[in-house]
Amino acid sequence: MEEIILKTENLEIGYIAKKGKNSLVANINLNLAKGKLIALIGENGIGKSTLLRTLTGIQKPLAGKVLINNLPIEKYNSLDLARNLSVVLTEKLPASNLTVFELVALGRQPYTNWIGKLSEMDTLKINEAITLTQIEHLKHKKHFEISDGQLQKVLIARALSQDTDLIILDEPTTHLDLLHKVSVLKLLKKLTQETNKCILFSTHDIDLAIQMSDEMIVMTNKNILQDQPCHFIEKGIFNTLFNDENISFDNLKGKFVVKN
Amino acid sequence: MNISFGSISIPIKEVFKSLIGENASKATWQYIILNYRLPKALTAILVGIGLSIAGLLMQTLFRNPLAGPYVLGLSSGSSLGVAFVVLGASFLPGFATSILLSPFGIIIASCLGSFFVLLAVLVVARKLKDTMTILIVGLMFSSFAAAFVGVLTYFSTAEQLQKFTFWSMGSLGNLSWNSILTLSIAVFAGLLLSFLSIKPLNSLLLGENYAKSLGLNYRRARLIIILATSILAGSITAFAGPIAFVGLAVPHISKLTFQTSNHSILFWSTLLFGAIVMLICDILSHLPNSDIVLPINAVTSIIGAPIVVYLLLTKSKNLF
Repeated sequence: MEEIILKTENLEIGYIAKKGKNSLVANINLNLAKGKLIALIGENGIGKSTLLRTLTGIQKPLAGKVLINNLPIEKYNSLDLARNLSVVLTEKLPASNLTVFELVALGRQPYTNWIGKLSEMDTLKINEAITLTQIEHLKHKKHFEISDGQLQKVLIARALSQDTDLIILDEPTTHLDLLHKVSVLKLLKKLTQETNKCILFSTHDIDLAIQMSDEMIVMTNKNILQDQPCHFIEKGIFNTLFNDENISFDNLKGKFVVKN
Repeated sequence: MNISFGSISIPIKEVFKSLIGENASKATWQYIILNYRLPKALTAILVGIGLSIAGLLMQTLFRNPLAGPYVLGLSSGSSLGVAFVVLGASFLPGFATSILLSPFGIIIASCLGSFFVLLAVLVVARKLKDTMTILIVGLMFSSFAAAFVGVLTYFSTAEQLQKFTFWSMGSLGNLSWNSILTLSIAVFAGLLLSFLSIKPLNSLLLGENYAKSLGLNYRRARLIIILATSILAGSITAFAGPIAFVGLAVPHISKLTFQTSNHSILFWSTLLFGAIVMLICDILSHLPNSDIVLPINAVTSIIGAPIVVYLLLTKSKNLF
């Protein structure tokens, strides 16, 4: 029996503009279960980020509900939400002297006391996160001294130390080369298997996502679908992903080809 | 050390004698120490601590290494507040004047002045992410405040004008024990609020969105930080006049020394460095063994301005 952590009911996302609401996608019904690595794909500007912002409670839905552990997200106070949901964002970190260890340790803030003192339990969780992501050798480096690929792992470690059942990542593989894209996705896959967390990430690396993820959420301007990657291939969904006749999906090779 | 230097040199041994309550060999020395030098040293410590912590808070809140109470126009905001009270008092009925011109009234006016400038800068900072643009906005607020003060001086009497001009030159001396008590209370209130903000400040090192995802009540944390900064910068400016660059330079000195961004370390080190730097500036302003006394604002600017230029030139990632 699957254990559902996050669920949406007839969710409608978009922005409220001055002239009324600007709806991006409606009737979104998603189920995010424990132990699953789920990829969110769709072309630029389709509303991936808006969906993630809505799922993480940063933005209010236009209609429908986001339920975390069967409780509407707006019922959570910010601290409770932080104990159920952690994020890895695309935005650059502001300049600071934070070391990798300190950065990962900040993930414990929802659990520490008013001054932020780390307990034994906190240190244990931090070290666990550092071991799982294999960044021990970076522990004492400053966060600006390491490469983009390493920093992405550090940010994942920070989310891990926050000890939540659900981790949401916004384009964790962007700006990385193939080697590091694969290593980040492998890490995410390993984490879902070893820690039984649910990990949702948005990406433009569709080929990789098809190979690595357990489930995919495909966004087009008509609808939003959730299924296993092989089912999407069988149904020929990927062909409809981009509204351009020059790009088609080769079902046998399992990747996109461009017509010349 | 600080106490023993001044227009009249007093041996250190005698200084300690006076401080622990014994009679010094000359009664005048004792009088100078207890009623002039000691209050001045205490003021220097309070001013140094308060401005430096205010600078630290602003640098983290604005994620801007060049933020500080003076650079962002908070001191000018305070000046404007004080100018309103000192110069504009004649437009108000008598009883209001007496309330407003009390040290307490000046503090409130000054804190409100810096509070409003801080709010204005914050509104602008939300729209502009660029470091330099925010500094320019701070500069504009300063000019605006200066212009407004200029208009006010035009309508005020010579006596009021003199009072305001002396104030605006900045001075650590001339504070009575009563004023020092009032200033200490204000500074300690500001420090307490800052101390409570250590954890939120640390999460803000990751940026606003990460801080929120860590369960931080951003609006409340921001309000507390702004209040703390306004109280510190406002009350100090009210008593000692606008003092430049201490709030900007000292947090960097402690960041460079300890190579950390952890506010539970930075808070205490900034506190310590703030007091030390201000005492040194005060000693320098008196040019030991001579009668010349430089305005404290000139001394801090001479030391602080090159530091800002240095920071701009070597703008690297570990600036923070």
